[in-house]
Amino acid sequence: MAASGIRIAGFGGQGVILAGMVIGNAAAIHDGKFVTMTQSFGPEARGSSCSVQLIVSGEPILYPYLTQPDILVVMSQEANARFGADLKADGLLLYEQDLIQAESLNPRTRRYGIPATRFAEELGRKLVLNMVLVGFVTALTGLASPEAVRKAIRDSVPKGTENLNLAAFEKGLAYGQALVVDACHPAA
Amino acid sequence: MLTGAHFLDGDQAACEGALAAGANFAAGYPITPSTEIVERFAVRVPTVGGIFLQMEDELASSMAVVGATWGGAKAFTVTSGPGFSLMMEHVGYAAMTETPLVLVNVQRGGPSTGLPTLPGQGDMMQARWGSHGDYEIIALCPNSPQECFDQMIEAFNLTEEYRTPVLVMMDECVGHMTEKVVIPPAEEIKVLPRRYTTLPPSEYQPFRPGPDGIPEMVKAGDGYRIHVTGLTHDEQGYPAMDWRAQHKLVSRLVRKIRDHADRIARCEEDGLEDADVVVVAYGITSRVAQRAIQMARAEGLRVGLLRPVVVWPFPERRVRELAQRVHAFVVVEMNYGQMVYEVERCAGDQARTLLVPHGGGSVHEPEEILKAIREAME
Amino acid sequence: MSPLPTINPVEPFLRAERMPHIWCPGCGIGTTVNCFARALVASKLPLDKVAVVSGIGCTGRVAGYVHLDSFHTTHGRAIPFATGLKLARPDLTVVVYSGDGDLIAIGGNHFIHAARRNVDIKVICVNNFTYGMTGGQVAPTTPVGATATTTPYGCFERPFNLPFLAESSGAVYVARWTAFHVRHIAHSMVEAFQKKGFSFIEILSPCPTLYQRRNKMGDGLDTMHFYKQHSVIKNGANTRDVDINLQGEIIVGKFVDNERPTLQQSMEQQLRQTLRDRYAGWGGV
Repeated sequence: MAASGIRIAGFGGQGVILAGMVIGNAAAIHDGKFVTMTQSFGPEARGSSCSVQLIVSGEPILYPYLTQPDILVVMSQEANARFGADLKADGLLLYEQDLIQAESLNPRTRRYGIPATRFAEELGRKLVLNMVLVGFVTALTGLASPEAVRKAIRDSVPKGTENLNLAAFEKGLAYGQALVVDACHPAA
Repeated sequence: MLTGAHFLDGDQAACEGALAAGANFAAGYPITPSTEIVERFAVRVPTVGGIFLQMEDELASSMAVVGATWGGAKAFTVTSGPGFSLMMEHVGYAAMTETPLVLVNVQRGGPSTGLPTLPGQGDMMQARWGSHGDYEIIALCPNSPQECFDQMIEAFNLTEEYRTPVLVMMDECVGHMTEKVVIPPAEEIKVLPRRYTTLPPSEYQPFRPGPDGIPEMVKAGDGYRIHVTGLTHDEQGYPAMDWRAQHKLVSRLVRKIRDHADRIARCEEDGLEDADVVVVAYGITSRVAQRAIQMARAEGLRVGLLRPVVVWPFPERRVRELAQRVHAFVVVEMNYGQMVYEVERCAGDQARTLLVPHGGGSVHEPEEILKAIREAME
Repeated sequence: MSPLPTINPVEPFLRAERMPHIWCPGCGIGTTVNCFARALVASKLPLDKVAVVSGIGCTGRVAGYVHLDSFHTTHGRAIPFATGLKLARPDLTVVVYSGDGDLIAIGGNHFIHAARRNVDIKVICVNNFTYGMTGGQVAPTTPVGATATTTPYGCFERPFNLPFLAESSGAVYVARWTAFHVRHIAHSMVEAFQKKGFSFIEILSPCPTLYQRRNKMGDGLDTMHFYKQHSVIKNGANTRDVDINLQGEIIVGKFVDNERPTLQQSMEQQLRQTLRDRYAGWGGV
């Protein structure tokens, strides 16, 4: 596969880094792809906004940084403002629809929204919104296979929370898959 | 012990490498971007047997590991930037007392406090001769988390074999990037034991060199009643304040590495068979350089990569050989020219040497390197 | 009457081949080493399990003369070396033997932190109020008014009161003697060897060549007379009250002797409590 770059951006407490870890782990360890993940360090990683970048490729990755993502996942209004313009012209934008005003999104961008935080709250814990998003990303991108992501979640989340996190993942995955079907059959 | 494939950053991988090498003691002082190595060690080592202690500063950290080593521990410390400057005192002490010591420097932008969370490669010459006086060290330069793991084991083996400080010169980019790291089963990992003597105390002299110039070691408490000093000393370890003792000791400290330089120095090479231009790059920069080389090859330019993996001792012989048959060297480093002096020295007037400098804070853009390659072709 | 010994009883503790030593006539460091040897005999410690760690300076040379595992480290860093050695090898008795400049000026940060942690090391500080090896400069112990090469018109800085510094930093054993009090020194050393934790013994000692001469205090013998006349033994004295002046009374004695878990004990207790059976334990290398 050709290299594909994804940036996930949001604010501290949304589990942005763990979302990146799970996708990276799934692609690198369970799907056997090459993955390089970098994250923003420094005050911004500890304060309001934070982001994680992954390059997923069939070939060894040489240049480690991601400048123009193919996929951008924004989980906050601020993240959209900060990173929205970096997305490639033909890139894919995924966003937390309850936290971002639709009119602020680039209208020419291919995009899908999800109420990830609300879904997580419905599952009983707002904290798992990141796994809802991971499911959504998995459904709408080819970065990692669903089975690999399930394994990666079991590897990565705190003991005792696996089922909740997996449920959140399945919720996001199903929601994303349904959107794809809708997009392919708009008349349905 | 951890085995199998894991998604780890370079700092975490370096910690796992230390554990795989049998490290049972570390001391450190918090400094970005190296701290994660010992944070992980602090979590892991109590469960496998060993000690981590956060000391009051880098002087204390680097000396505590030297003390632990003379007690028989396999010890290391980690630091970055300003902390590396402070630890120089004990790089010199370890070199003088021939104490096995692994020191990780996760390089960041400098000088002074510089760029704590962003990469640099500005400490390469400090690694070489940063402590006062004359001595030789060994330095490795990983370009991926996998190599952070592998090279920690190599560093421990080299420091046991040569009894000189071994510096693992990471950088912030490698330290904080996460990739797949494969940890082999323990039985597949080669770990060199310390070179303990078999002589009885009556026949043993702590600083009498073996045929390879390296003395055998003992540890405190074994009944040898050794004396170890940072003063110039004789083979018994006693201070000897004259030029003869100085020449004998310091020439041996230097020769024990220089005489084995060809065996210790190690390069990775790619596409050198038909190369007109050789790009020399190390650490993370070598990956970016490789990207530029791919772009140059696509243009039909005959260019290859020489990547020092062991950067000190410098791969002098290999650069001299290549200088005989290539047009030019393009040296790419995240500083304003450090290793380039070594390349220039070895290339002499046989081949041109061009530098692609970078101040740190990010990595080079491959296009900058490509431009220099094109220029070197002329 | 028993026959006279044929060798000096201290000789087995010394590296005889390294004699003569570098210390000046009248210097008190050698006296303290004599006390140290006698304390080792009295304590019946296995000598192969005793390590001496020194820093740099005249007292720093002690490590070079004692016939024990001995480490002459860098200036100020004897305590960090000893901390690493002791943690790696809890079976060893680790003695730090160094001077006031080495331990308290350049090494002062390590001193207070090792006391705070209660590292199980014995710190013997020979305090001669000056930098001897570099030629008589002012030290953090130099009394106000005393001259040194770098305070030629008299020291104007308040010195540290070392027993107070040690106690307030957390030392579990603190004593001070002068080089005149040889039996007391040896006795305190024996007590410190038996003590678990950071033990500190300050020994005031003449530097006739630099400190005494420059301050017109006579030679080594005169200083011994001075110590004899001006010392007052006050065991248990409040360390707050044991400051030293240029010519005044010198309060000596055992000031602190209490119990507190050592660094290793605290570490093991905490790790065992938190990790339970996942804790691998640590008995040393």
